[in-house]
Amino acid sequence: MTIALPGKEIADKLAGKFPGTIIDSNPGWFTVKSESLIPVATFLKEAPEYDFKYLTYVTAVDYFDHFEVVYQLTSLECNHSVVLKTTCPRDNPVLPSVVGLWRTADYQEREIYDLMGIRFEGHPNMRRIVLWEGFPGHPLRKDFNGT
Amino acid sequence: MALKTEPFALNIGPAHPSTHGVFRMRATLDGEVIVDVEPVFGYLHRGVEKLAEQRTYTGFIPLTDRLDYLASMSNNMAYCLAVEKLAGIKVPERAQYLRVILSELQRIASHLIAVGGFLNDCGAFMTPILYMLREREKILDLFEMASGQRLTYNFMRIGGVSQDVPEEFMPALGKFMAQMPRFIDEYEQLLKENEILIARSKGVGILPKDLAINSGASGPVLRGSGVKWDIRKADPYAIYDRFQFDIPTGIMGDSYDRYRVRVEEMRQSLRIIKQAMEQIPAGPVRAEVHHLVHPPIGEVYARIEAPKGELGFYIVSDNSIAPYRLHIRAPSLINLTALREMIIGWKIADAIIIFGSIDICMAEVDR
Amino acid sequence: MARANFNVISQISPLTLPPDWPGGFWWHFLVFTIIIIAFVMSMVIGFMYFERRAIARMQARLGPNRVGPFGTLQPIADAIKVLLKEDIIPTKADKIVYWLAPVVAFSPVLMIFAVIPFQNGALLADLNIGILYVTAVASLTTVGIFMAGWSSSNKYSILGAMRDIAAVVSYEIPLVLAIAGVVLISGSLSLNQIVLTQDIPFILLQPLGLFLFFFAACAEINRSPFDLLEADSEIVAGFHTEYSGMKFAMFYLVEYAEAVAMSAIITTLFLGGWRGPWLPPWLWFIVKTGAVFFVMVWVRTTLPRARIDQLMAFAWKFLFPLAVINLVITGVEILIFPVALPWGIVLVNIGIAGFLILLWSRFFQIGWGRVEV
Repeated sequence: MTIALPGKEIADKLAGKFPGTIIDSNPGWFTVKSESLIPVATFLKEAPEYDFKYLTYVTAVDYFDHFEVVYQLTSLECNHSVVLKTTCPRDNPVLPSVVGLWRTADYQEREIYDLMGIRFEGHPNMRRIVLWEGFPGHPLRKDFNGT
Repeated sequence: MALKTEPFALNIGPAHPSTHGVFRMRATLDGEVIVDVEPVFGYLHRGVEKLAEQRTYTGFIPLTDRLDYLASMSNNMAYCLAVEKLAGIKVPERAQYLRVILSELQRIASHLIAVGGFLNDCGAFMTPILYMLREREKILDLFEMASGQRLTYNFMRIGGVSQDVPEEFMPALGKFMAQMPRFIDEYEQLLKENEILIARSKGVGILPKDLAINSGASGPVLRGSGVKWDIRKADPYAIYDRFQFDIPTGIMGDSYDRYRVRVEEMRQSLRIIKQAMEQIPAGPVRAEVHHLVHPPIGEVYARIEAPKGELGFYIVSDNSIAPYRLHIRAPSLINLTALREMIIGWKIADAIIIFGSIDICMAEVDR
Repeated sequence: MARANFNVISQISPLTLPPDWPGGFWWHFLVFTIIIIAFVMSMVIGFMYFERRAIARMQARLGPNRVGPFGTLQPIADAIKVLLKEDIIPTKADKIVYWLAPVVAFSPVLMIFAVIPFQNGALLADLNIGILYVTAVASLTTVGIFMAGWSSSNKYSILGAMRDIAAVVSYEIPLVLAIAGVVLISGSLSLNQIVLTQDIPFILLQPLGLFLFFFAACAEINRSPFDLLEADSEIVAGFHTEYSGMKFAMFYLVEYAEAVAMSAIITTLFLGGWRGPWLPPWLWFIVKTGAVFFVMVWVRTTLPRARIDQLMAFAWKFLFPLAVINLVITGVEILIFPVALPWGIVLVNIGIAGFLILLWSRFFQIGWGRVEV
């Protein structure tokens, strides 16, 4: 069985290594600040006891006052997974891109930009992917009503 | 004196007889060699994730059929698993076995089209795909017996399957199981050692192991590159831990390996169906669930090994009758991430073959 | 018997037609022109129907069976449909070249039939350079195809036309060398004489030659496994992407007429033309041509398609050396047996052919794979 590592446990370990980055933690996931996303993600990928070389998915959720971007990381060798979240404010949705770490994020971050409007810095090709250039608005936002 | 050549841009698709669905590749060619390719998609985007927020949990099941329309049973199952995990609903035994039998039959049907389409792209003038469609017709007859539909079944429900299968289903399934291994052997005989097929696909479109893991490939694409990762074994869902089966893997990660992995998976699916048929109990096929499901507040991610790869549903619920947010982890989209590396350096004819060997369904890529 | 006494040979068939039958040069020309056109048209229609039914049965389905009894009127229905279609010309196409291309592609195919004997002496013109004329004229079709690809001003068409030129030029050489083997044994370039000297049909004396000629002919006429020029799954339709209506029908006709022509040539060169017991000679000719065509259809249904660089590698690295070796061996045999080749040589030849093909295929590497970009 793929063990879903509890968020609290990893959050406590990371709080020691990267102080001040953890916003929230929970048995299911843990949340980090957007500035420290890349260092935390790099650590999770490289550390041998975690070895999260496989990014299962990247997605975004609209919580009215902020956006949350959810990453699920899996290790094929150790067969465990963890859910990592980060937030960004609604009026300036910018986040660093993890394309340098996992190529999987390439199309998925473009899709989040297209449908939710969150820009990812450092992405080589930040353009709309499923809708056409010049589409007004971002449909998956909660305040988009078909106009 | 070196010949001065100029690269020119060619548009392959979207309306092309051989891209599986509406897919466009903007290729830059130098003679016949492709030096750059940029995939463009979105022609089939229907906004399924937004539609989910306006439909009840049960009312969304028909929309999952239309994601990968060649493997509707698998899509239904992934979604129902996610909602059941979120709401804590227990599925009766007979329903679990029926789900496994139908999923594996669906895997065989999807791989038949994948392999037939791949050989069609190699230029074998429709003969292999017509033979495979002949077998697929038998599977579609079984599905029609169970659900009344041939393509988009809408058969699974939250808490089980929608109704029990009629009595002629199991004997017909037994008859199919008796004939199918012979047909797979017949196709292998014509094609496995075929010189032209090997020349067209061996060593073509190699996806190295590290790139496969880094770009999130899954399913036969990942296994063809030599990674032994199958969700049915690594993270068993439903009752897959009760069955014995092997996981075929490739060696090099070329198109030929992916084709062989799919054929071997068909054989393993037959093994699973046989064991399920022997073990299936009688009983109810559906848990007592109100049709307006109110899962508690929380989020869940559930995944299955669909024929095309790892299909997952990420659902955030706020205790209302519709999901707050539903995201579909589409295997076809993520398998396409490394397309550029696989195609550059080959010729146009190979680009079509490499693309066909990844086996995508555009409805899943665009959602 | 090889290159021997033609007085003896002319007695084997009582129906030797004089070269200007029925009455003078112009009547002969007219009668045979009508016969050739009628033959080609009816054979093309018959072969189209035959191919569709044969492919269908091999693919576990039925094939056309609605139009007419057993679907025999299907090609006529197709012809009527195509004639009634709108003739669309792309605006950027080069109009004159675009219009001329089907004509230039089709005429040489009809001209090939001028030297193929339907019976002893029954041909339009018994040229004593018969087979040389055939190879020269058959190459003219390529000019028509290139004109079509170029004038369509469509990238896919140009790609298809370029591929075609490369393929045809490469496969001329094994084709001609295979013919040279036959000519060595029979001692004459005239097709009528080649048939007359086939007491032992040359398929037994030149099995390697037949293998080479068959595949070179498949490549020349763009049939599977070398039909990458009009590969549906790659470049839409190659050089005739932009053609519709009657012009498209002409190209379709060219493909089938060339198939008929190549089957007729294979029959004449290797299978003994019109020779055979009991049935009238022209019926034997049609039966043998049909048999060769059936093998072409069989190969098309079964094998996948080769890629352009694999096609070229096959011509230059596989067929060409085998053709040269074939010529050398044939020459040695003629030296040893100057009057007539005995039946024993048949087994020797078949053995050598099998051995060479197996040996070459061990060391042959198809294509050159990925190019570093």
